[in-house]
Amino acid sequence: MKLETALLESHAVPESEASFMQGVKDCLPTLLGYLSIGFAAGVVEKTAGLSVAEIAMMSIILYAGSAQFIAAGMIAAGSTATSIVITILFVNLRHLLLSAALSPYFRHLTPLRNMLIGSLLTDETFGVAINESAKKHKISERWMHGLNITAYLNWFIANIAGALLGQWISNPESLGLDFALPAMFIGLLVLTLLSRSKFAVDIVVALIAVLIAVGVSLLWSPSIGVIAATLVASTIGMVIDKWR
Amino acid sequence: MEISADNFFIIIGAALVTFIPRVLPLMLLSRITIPAWGMRWLNFVPIAVMSALIAQELFIQDGELMLSSNNLEIIAALPTFWIAIKTRSLLGTVVTGIISLMLLRYFW
Repeated sequence: MKLETALLESHAVPESEASFMQGVKDCLPTLLGYLSIGFAAGVVEKTAGLSVAEIAMMSIILYAGSAQFIAAGMIAAGSTATSIVITILFVNLRHLLLSAALSPYFRHLTPLRNMLIGSLLTDETFGVAINESAKKHKISERWMHGLNITAYLNWFIANIAGALLGQWISNPESLGLDFALPAMFIGLLVLTLLSRSKFAVDIVVALIAVLIAVGVSLLWSPSIGVIAATLVASTIGMVIDKWR
Repeated sequence: MEISADNFFIIIGAALVTFIPRVLPLMLLSRITIPAWGMRWLNFVPIAVMSALIAQELFIQDGELMLSSNNLEIIAALPTFWIAIKTRSLLGTVVTGIISLMLLRYFW
């Protein structure tokens, strides 16, 4: 296995760029976490009344945990198609920021190849990729595809498993499955915080984001809350960082 | 095993508005240089987004602030954070969160 990878790397990438298989491997630690979230999403979607085919379609072309949870909830509540799509647009606008944060590492690629990288971008793969960039100061394209495609297949399998088993779970909340998403975000946040050397500034940014997210959600809407919190808290972090 | 017309359009629409923010900055920003302050700003984005999402999940229920001891999700978040810090394991964190909330709901 080790030899195989070494051969693959030396053959395909002359200047020790991380390989596709290395991307697959670096995805492994996150697989079980997202398997449980994907499973929970499948169960919640099934209990919301979606068919297995609809759940498969969602996981293949939508491929976004928070959006799928929201879609399931709003479809079950009988919301209009327009309001569901607008809510998901707002929630997923954060991908703009994740995508922008990765863009410096793929500047040398064509727009089409950048599109392929971005189309499978998630909070999870972003977290792993940013850690990689912190370690190596660059991200290899094939490594990124290995990471993305592994996470994508894992998510599809988890969703379908949840959908198939969901018919026997009448009340997913009694199993705590609705907590899979916040718990995942807690894990990702803590890992990000611990991997950086800016603990004090990061905590300030996090607390400001919490206050704004809660305040704006109560006064206006939760989706605007996430966007406002992100914009303001990141800006304050940038200013503090500049001063120090 | 069918896809209803309504859900088909909801999923297509949701997929489009998810796809565009994912790919657009990667496609366009490759053409332009991001200044140092921009990079510094982007550095804080993941911390801010995740904190905001966690806060909404934990503190807000049905559009209202829930800070009482009846809010089991806040209590479940404590062991979840603790395990995340101690183990640095995503799987351990998610499993701890799910089991904590399940037990809290069972015994409360």
